[in-house]
Amino acid sequence: MEEANSKPSDNLNIVIVGHVDHGKSTLLGRLYADTGSLPDGKLEKVQAICRQQGKEFEYAFLFDAFLEEQEQGITIDTARTFFGWKGRQYIIIDAPGHKEFLKNMISGAARAEGALLLIDAVEGVKEQSKKHGYLLSLLGVRQFAVVVNKMDLVGYRQDVFDAIEKEYREFLGQFKAVPQQIIPVSAKLGDNIANRSEQMPWYSGPTVLDALSAFRKEPGRSEQPLRLPVQDVYKFDARRIITGRVTAGRVKVGDSLVFSPSNKRATVKSIEAFNIDPPPTEGLAGQSVGVTLDEQIFVERGEVASHQDELPLVSTALRANVFWLGRKPLERGRRYQLRVATKEVDCEVATIHRIIDTMDLAQQQGSHVVNKNQVAELTIRTKTPVAFDLSASFESTGRFVLVDEYDIAGGGIVTELVHDDQEFLREEARQRDFAWVKGQVGVEDRAQQYGHRAAIVLVTGGRHTGKSFLARTIEARLVADGRHAYLLDGENLRRGLDADLSEGERGQATEMARRYGEVARLLVDTGLIVVSTTNPFGLAYIEAAQTIRTLVHPVPVIAIHMSKTPEEAPPNTDIVLSGPADFDAATRRILDELKRRGVLAQAIGAKPIFQYSI
Amino acid sequence: MVSPDEHIDHNEGIETVQHLRHLEDQSVYILREAYKHFDNLGMLWSMGKDSTVLLWLARKAFFGHVPFPLLHVDTSYKIPAMIEYRDRVAREWGLKLVVGQNKEALAAGMNHTLGRVTCCTALKTNGLKQLIEQKGYTGIILGVRADEEGTRAKERYFSPRDKHGDWDFRDQPPELWDQFKTTFPPGTHIRIHPLLDWTEINIWEYIKYENIPFIDLYLDKGEGTRYRSLGCAPCTTPIKSTAKSVDDILEELRHTTVAERSGRAQDEGRGMELLRKDGYM
Repeated sequence: MEEANSKPSDNLNIVIVGHVDHGKSTLLGRLYADTGSLPDGKLEKVQAICRQQGKEFEYAFLFDAFLEEQEQGITIDTARTFFGWKGRQYIIIDAPGHKEFLKNMISGAARAEGALLLIDAVEGVKEQSKKHGYLLSLLGVRQFAVVVNKMDLVGYRQDVFDAIEKEYREFLGQFKAVPQQIIPVSAKLGDNIANRSEQMPWYSGPTVLDALSAFRKEPGRSEQPLRLPVQDVYKFDARRIITGRVTAGRVKVGDSLVFSPSNKRATVKSIEAFNIDPPPTEGLAGQSVGVTLDEQIFVERGEVASHQDELPLVSTALRANVFWLGRKPLERGRRYQLRVATKEVDCEVATIHRIIDTMDLAQQQGSHVVNKNQVAELTIRTKTPVAFDLSASFESTGRFVLVDEYDIAGGGIVTELVHDDQEFLREEARQRDFAWVKGQVGVEDRAQQYGHRAAIVLVTGGRHTGKSFLARTIEARLVADGRHAYLLDGENLRRGLDADLSEGERGQATEMARRYGEVARLLVDTGLIVVSTTNPFGLAYIEAAQTIRTLVHPVPVIAIHMSKTPEEAPPNTDIVLSGPADFDAATRRILDELKRRGVLAQAIGAKPIFQYSI
Repeated sequence: MVSPDEHIDHNEGIETVQHLRHLEDQSVYILREAYKHFDNLGMLWSMGKDSTVLLWLARKAFFGHVPFPLLHVDTSYKIPAMIEYRDRVAREWGLKLVVGQNKEALAAGMNHTLGRVTCCTALKTNGLKQLIEQKGYTGIILGVRADEEGTRAKERYFSPRDKHGDWDFRDQPPELWDQFKTTFPPGTHIRIHPLLDWTEINIWEYIKYENIPFIDLYLDKGEGTRYRSLGCAPCTTPIKSTAKSVDDILEELRHTTVAERSGRAQDEGRGMELLRKDGYM
């Protein structure tokens, strides 16, 4: 036994995974004991409990801190423990192998910088050995060693070890995973853990501890392009501080930042910090930072700051590999919350392309649900545009979790951007916003002056449903309340802006909606609440509403759908009015929605408090 | 209150400083997530080294401000110096302090001689539950660390508690990629643990590096003893130590193999497991 009490100057998060009963807790107990990392009395305490319960002491018991677990003989949750070895502190996450507890294994492995994957020499490669190997790859754990345990029980035979190595390497090869080492050990007897085994002269590779020492800290992500997802915006004092964790690259004072998907731009004025003198001038990947900007732009949580030449992707659809942990199966069409970095957005699964069987990586097609502990390839659609990256290029902004009701129920990595029909318009809006010439009066100045923010109230629906009347009523009410509102009627565009178009050109709903959207964009830039209908677009109102949304993004669009009889409203409709309309009640609901969205303050005269991006 | 020795050498290894910064970045991220997602948030402050570091991290996260109240569950058996320290720091740093106490149990004569777990349950667990219920807190930030004892090693950063404050350690939510459980059904609350990854040594290294003022019960004042972990006076015993500065403490910790909470009576037997399942910190 070696003493390893020298001060650790480095640290590494390690997870131990593998099939149930293949000896993870035993290995961990052994690592602790052999590195001299056990506190005095811990061993004796566990031995005393064993005596009380009349069973033989095992190293595994050291870490099964709950009595219940000792009774069951399986580790229930990821127990985090620490040991020091050769100048490095290892934070060990002992992930359990029982099938029911996959969720805990994932919680453990998702934060690991390296992994040990155990395989029992007697039982060989089992279901969970494969699943865990696949999940390590999916979770982004690239450094791992395979530990073939219980070699004492197979007489330390090389042919047994070689057969397991061959089988497992072939399996890992299917998804291009390569282990750093494959090590034959007996955790129980201490062979090849800290000390080289005398029982296996045929093995010349490293011990488990040597293999751990060879694991490297994740290379700094500071050299990548900048990604700074906005976590929150604070105004505790005179400073308006935008906070977030730099997930890639570096942010410096003087940097020109673009926030996606709102396309807002500003320059970093300072990097704020408490009790750091002199204040920092840059923030690197991994750091939780706070920046102030040279301009009062409104950005909100979920946007991603980057430099203009290396923007993240923006879409409402993406393709991903997802593992599902929810109690209820993942269903196509059901509403979930998607969280990528700090963005939280409603989404649904548009397509379940295939279920991936982690036993043999065969792909089953045509499923409508993804069950607990399954892995699947999906296309996900979000309610509003999201900034993200492909996981192959950026770790943090390339992965996400799905929340079902109150619980995180799945996680995934983005494999592809799925082009949606708004892509060209979004690019038009992006280029337009980057080049937008601003006057001296900012958006915030106008909002202060007016006592409300800009927005669009858009009434959709078929013919003769009362859309125009409702729009007029809302405009009148808002102005009567002292708001700055304006009814934008399509007819006025048709005879003016569109007067030079031929009849055929006027029939192109998309182009007409585009022109309409750009006019609306100008009007909201003046700080107005624009009230409008989709009347000029006839029955193509769903597409038109989407076009307008894309072009005015991120200004709030309050969508109201009217119909005589109940019918399906366009996506993202806020208020549905079907049947004979009560225009007073409808107006009240719309005013409430404007307050809820932070456009109007809760009381007239007060300033709206919710900050949305504009 | 003492500040770490002014004359300490700042030649800490660069890796140590980097590791402390890394821990700080993660804790700050968690604190900001908590502040963003919970309308009614409170932070437990026991005046010990861990929750004092936590308080310091809150000031880091919110740029010198602490935008939520600090909660202290006062058992009335605390070491008197701790209460003095509490009130002084609260005044100097402009903190909002909320003190809770299970007055009913105290009036009925609750004390440690009735059983340590019984006493901790009544005065600390139930005292905390009463405070949470009275004030309607939906998020409670605590300074527990994974390396302190076995049950805490199993914690999540964001750990849900049911209506009775109970912890279902068998069915904990998944926590991955810095995505935490921030949504919860009405009537339940979330315990938030920003210090989970810190070790006892990290805490002292950080106190030294940041020059954080701490209570002097942790130092030997000439009697050859000091407290390594602070709790109620009757159930906490000092350890034999001649550590008179943070550097001395660090030197001592780097060579000890005695458990940090060995002076804490409640840890004996299955004490902590029973207490924590029931809603203890």
